[in-house]
Amino acid sequence: MSGNNERSIWVMQGNEACSVGAVAAGINFFAGYPITPSSEVAEFMARHLPLIGGRFIQMEDEIASMAAIIGASLAGARSMTATSGPGFSLMQENLGLACLAEIPCVIVNVQRAGPSTGLPTQPAQGDVMQTRWGTHGDHAIIALAPATVLECIELTACCVSLSEQFRTPVVLLLDEVIGHMRESVAIPAPGSYKVRSRPLPSDDEEDYRPFCGGQSDVPPMAHFGGPHRFHVTGLTHDERGFPTMVPEEVDKKIRGIVDKIELKADDLAMNDETMTDDCEVLLFAYGSSARVAKASVGILRERGVKAGLLRVKTIWPFSGKRLKELAPQLRSIIVPEMNLGQLVTEVERAVAGVVPVRHLGRVDGHLFEPDQITDFVLEEMAS
Amino acid sequence: MSQAIERARTYLKPLKKLPTVWCGGCGLGVVLSSLTRVMAEMGLDKNKTATISGIGCTGRLPTYIDTNTLHTTHGRALGFATGVKLANPELTVITAMGDGDSVAIGGNHFIHACRRNIDITAIIVNNCIYGMTGGQYSPTTPHGKRGTTAPYGNVEYEFDIVSLAAGAGATFVARTTVYHVRELDKLLERAIRHRGFSVVEVVSNCYTSYGRLNKFSGPVDMFKWMKESAVTVKQAGEMSPEELEGKFIRGIHVEKDQPEFIDVYDKLAQDLTKGPSTVNQKLRATIEGYEQLGDKLKAGIG
Ligand SMILES: Cc1ncc(C[n+]2csc(CCOP(=O)(O)OP(=O)(O)O)c2C)c(N)n1
Ligand code: SF4
Ligand SMILES: [Mg+2]
Repeated sequence: MSGNNERSIWVMQGNEACSVGAVAAGINFFAGYPITPSSEVAEFMARHLPLIGGRFIQMEDEIASMAAIIGASLAGARSMTATSGPGFSLMQENLGLACLAEIPCVIVNVQRAGPSTGLPTQPAQGDVMQTRWGTHGDHAIIALAPATVLECIELTACCVSLSEQFRTPVVLLLDEVIGHMRESVAIPAPGSYKVRSRPLPSDDEEDYRPFCGGQSDVPPMAHFGGPHRFHVTGLTHDERGFPTMVPEEVDKKIRGIVDKIELKADDLAMNDETMTDDCEVLLFAYGSSARVAKASVGILRERGVKAGLLRVKTIWPFSGKRLKELAPQLRSIIVPEMNLGQLVTEVERAVAGVVPVRHLGRVDGHLFEPDQITDFVLEEMAS
Repeated sequence: MSQAIERARTYLKPLKKLPTVWCGGCGLGVVLSSLTRVMAEMGLDKNKTATISGIGCTGRLPTYIDTNTLHTTHGRALGFATGVKLANPELTVITAMGDGDSVAIGGNHFIHACRRNIDITAIIVNNCIYGMTGGQYSPTTPHGKRGTTAPYGNVEYEFDIVSLAAGAGATFVARTTVYHVRELDKLLERAIRHRGFSVVEVVSNCYTSYGRLNKFSGPVDMFKWMKESAVTVKQAGEMSPEELEGKFIRGIHVEKDQPEFIDVYDKLAQDLTKGPSTVNQKLRATIEGYEQLGDKLKAGIG
């Protein structure tokens, strides 16, 4: 990290930016286990948290790391971990507990090529569906994907804010390219982002009910050590936290943790659009693929093709609103992803056959090249 | 005496209906009453105490206790407890785990918790079996004994939890049984007061899933077995290896002073921020650079 003080321009790496964004947003507890290409986040936290009154711990594995950040959050901390594919797989069971028990926390997944150990130092976007459905049972998840180093700062802070606001785990989906890329970033002007805090019960609230199923979607959250003591369990529970098998209570609980997020999909949608006003061919992309797609849009326009880009920063919950709005003007939608077809299924679902959707996949451990996307679009137009 | 019972009762959750989910005659009832009694005698602040468990019959223990309680995933109680304690060190953190929970699926977490010496008390209820899932053999099922997945006798050899904890570096390690209730009270209190990671193995009876398969006539018969097989540390010192065959040793096995994790961590953090002499120049420059950036970011994102 190096900076020019006057202009507030700093040169840093994506993983580092994600770490500073986290700390700026109030993260004061980090537990993790080293894994390429995410280890820089843990290293940053190990250096900095003790300086600002926070605590860092390197756990024995990712299962314990996930457990520790949930425990810390329950005790009042803002907590985070960072990992990559194999570690993210290990976190899934406890991630489900955080969903069910409505406990805020942030998980950074710097995607690398899988499955299994795969290509530890090469990028991929293969964990998109795992992020959505990796833990068992019905649940919802919030996941954001930055495409620039500056966005690593902004969206990590946003992850913290959303996890607090919705009392739920939030995933920052990076990929190896963004995580390791260096860019200069202009530090956000004062007051640019407001990070929310979890709703709190009042100290003297009688009959405090910590969990959903009753009055509000996101009930106030007390913390261990405060004036309200309460029970937390990974068993399906009622508003007070006690295990229940009463069908109406179970139904309310599960729908509660899903609806609080899924019904807000359109509000949570963050998009960045390039030349979509008059576009006939829409590139739909996210993360590092979107950077290349943007370059392709430029090339295609030079060649007279009315191309545009819809880049989503919010991956989950998926909002099809913008796609539906754009659909009538489109001849086709092209979805380049560094996987063999993941988020494209949501795009297809959103436009429901109104526009043909084509997927361009890449799983050789390399980023797209602009020409590859351009050629694919031109071929599609010709056919 | 009855006053003591009344006091202990105030540490049971008022909203939670008794009886418990446990079978009649199960030693877990003894552990619950001992733990609540000790909490009452120590006058633990309920709001400043967190009782944390994994999954299993033992995992249900916190559900009944009137402190902050956290029922986690199978084997992971110590990971959660680590986060709770690090985020709020003023909490008294107590975990309750079964033998499968603590030394099978949670074995790795257990040894590392022993090594780290964070101020957490681990109560391990060792009934030598997976009770909740119906009697499959566990890492503490003795060689030759039966489980539903060891129908011809256990081929494997069992863990000695006390040796495991001691070897992994726990600074307080003790063992007793649900038959030796007074000792159980005493050891739980000592363990909770100990500053560092403390382990109390409580040998218990699971007649439903273990006793029946291993020729015990009932829960009481198992109490008799505990009474007869447990020897004190002192007695054991005077016994030959042959005489110790089939016995287990109760009492305090390890009790030592060693700096506690959070104490060390916080001291280090204090030195770093207050004592520049201990920080090398490169790190100092990073810290200063970071502080500048941090101030700017706080204005932008806050
Ligand atoms: C990941 C996972 N694997 C398996 C199980 C099923 N399971 C629940 S309790 C248990 C064993 C419990 O044995 P122990 O820890 O000794 O507790 P006890 O019931 O004997 O007190 C198992 C295998 C589970 N809940 N989670
Ligand atoms: S199955 Fe065994 S351990 Fe579980 S409650 Fe019954 S007797 Fe106790
Ligand atoms: Mg057991």
